[in-house]
Amino acid sequence: MITMWKKEIRKSSKMPKTLFDKVWESHVVSTLEDDSTLLYIDRHLVHEVTSPQAFEGLRLAKRKVRRPDLTFATMDHNIPTVDRYNIKDEISRAQVETLSKNCAEFGITLYDLQSDLQGIVHVIGPELGLTLPGNTIVCGDSHTSTHGAFGALAFGIGTSEVEHVLATQTLRQKKPKTFFVDFVGKRSPGVTAKDLILKLIGEIGTAGATGYVLEYAGEAIRSLSMEERMTVCNMSIEAGAKAGLIAPDETTFVYLSQPGRPYAPKGKDLEKAIASWKKLATDPGAKFDRSLTIDVSKIAPQVTWGTSPGMVVDVDGTVPDPDKVPGLAKKDAEHALSYMGLKAGMKITDIPVDVVFIGSCTNSRIEDLRNAAKIFKGKKVSPKVKTLIVPGSQQVKKQAEVEGLDKIFTAAGAEWRESGCSMCLAMNPDYLQPGERAASTSNRNFEGRQGKGGRTHLVSPEMAAAAAIEGHFVDIRKWSH
Amino acid sequence: MEPFKTHRGILATLDRANVDTDQIIPKQFLKSIKRTGFGESLFFDWRYLPDGKSDPNFELNRPEFHDTSILVTRNNFGCGSSREHAVWALVQYGLRTIIAPRRAEVPAFADIFHNNSVKNGLLNIELKEAEVEEIFQMVGRFPGLEATVNLEEQRVTLHTAEEISFHFEIDRAVKEHLIRGLDEIGLTLRQEKEITRFEKSH
Repeated sequence: MITMWKKEIRKSSKMPKTLFDKVWESHVVSTLEDDSTLLYIDRHLVHEVTSPQAFEGLRLAKRKVRRPDLTFATMDHNIPTVDRYNIKDEISRAQVETLSKNCAEFGITLYDLQSDLQGIVHVIGPELGLTLPGNTIVCGDSHTSTHGAFGALAFGIGTSEVEHVLATQTLRQKKPKTFFVDFVGKRSPGVTAKDLILKLIGEIGTAGATGYVLEYAGEAIRSLSMEERMTVCNMSIEAGAKAGLIAPDETTFVYLSQPGRPYAPKGKDLEKAIASWKKLATDPGAKFDRSLTIDVSKIAPQVTWGTSPGMVVDVDGTVPDPDKVPGLAKKDAEHALSYMGLKAGMKITDIPVDVVFIGSCTNSRIEDLRNAAKIFKGKKVSPKVKTLIVPGSQQVKKQAEVEGLDKIFTAAGAEWRESGCSMCLAMNPDYLQPGERAASTSNRNFEGRQGKGGRTHLVSPEMAAAAAIEGHFVDIRKWSH
Repeated sequence: MEPFKTHRGILATLDRANVDTDQIIPKQFLKSIKRTGFGESLFFDWRYLPDGKSDPNFELNRPEFHDTSILVTRNNFGCGSSREHAVWALVQYGLRTIIAPRRAEVPAFADIFHNNSVKNGLLNIELKEAEVEEIFQMVGRFPGLEATVNLEEQRVTLHTAEEISFHFEIDRAVKEHLIRGLDEIGLTLRQEKEITRFEKSH
């Protein structure tokens, strides 16, 4: 019996494995009586919105945080981007103060408003070197999938699961299936990482990857910077996926070797870590439950037209006929068009915008701001457009100011703000008025997401910047500036 | 958590696909640090007019649906944000079960929403598209129609003149969790030795 079992193990260790299999298997604590897996969590990131009830649950049950040393908190959702220390909304302020109290009580490291390392939780994790290849990372936030850019298995959880991780450093999980997406070919100039992921969501739909972990691969993914990879993985949840993964490579190792990443290994430890991270990549011949190939050379800049990230078209396209939207009932498409105040057949480049938002955990990193600045340089924002540029973290803000990007933005007439989630979900004072239309670099165009009655079009930072200047969407491939 | 064995209640229909958690509970209600008080704000932007009155055009505001506890809707319900507040709002409104269809490749429920539902005793039932369509038709014909959900037997029965039943599939772990109303953290803490052993070797 035992020899048979040993044989099985040998066999399974020789079987080609996916990146996901490797990370999953190395975190299995035990198989539970109900067939689910008890999975160990290496990093637990916490923010003010989804944690208070979890801490309260611990207190009521007289439980402690098992590993405060693996738990890291910041405040981002409620934070004003102007006069940030003065949170006027009392309920927001109470929520922020509750996080401070909870972190103090349970011994958790907190990057609060006073910290020069504060920022959006999914921006600071990688910056601080908390996000490492092969790790399991969770946070009470669906965009935790961002960290998959490093080859970490990272996913969003609800507040009950936040409490479970705080108490046990584990989660009870059912193993998801795997979905391989091969991005082949080369991008045309003006086509960004945002367009790659929006195109994929448009192809498979917002539930196209529900129950799966996506692995993004192919030469078009290999050539992306870490910031671009994070943009891709960030929106995995918008395709319904449990997580999105990219195998770590030289680009990843260079990012993690940079100074100012206090939690990343250093020196000899880093060399050893890199040697083991190199083994994480999917083995040749490993099997996936589903796979898809996307030719990147055919992708155009993307603009969403509706109220779900899957409602997306090429910038040189038109608003679709509600009768002809694949996978969508006519009634739902009509409802989306009516909410968006658009008519079928309208050219995307004829749609005017009132507000431009460049920020969010999808597109607020230094490279996003550099790309936007290239468009804004020497130009003026249309007088009809209010433009907000919100860096993802205090470190991003500082770096942008060192490079003089803030000067480019303000000279163009855009507003340069403090770090936080801001208008991505409008829990702070940055929100759209009813009927206002935004070009936004964020991740969700749901009804009311950026303010009740607000209309959101998701785009890349370059496309958002060009829309700010022209007052309507433009095809940046043809735009002469 | 209250165990879920069988439940009888009024069916209500919400004929929309891809209902995201931003619609189930908008962001302004996520500022609360409490676990209660969300029922009033369920579907806030759809349910209320700008002056704060109920919008008579919103399905759940129809008089026959007022005491509903079983919501029937379309595929990919609960997509988007991980906010558990969405599930708290549904449960505190009085819902015990959500029924939605798998539409070809598109599952009835989004992943995180489904996990959050299980933790709060809210049963998610995935049926075939034609079955959900039939329930929509029946509720349309017989407003106030009741149904019984039997989790043990994995069956939904519509109490029409001639009863109609549908069998549903459910994950074993989810079923057990709901039926027993377990304290999951307490259960996991019984694995203390295994967790400690793992931490030493990891």
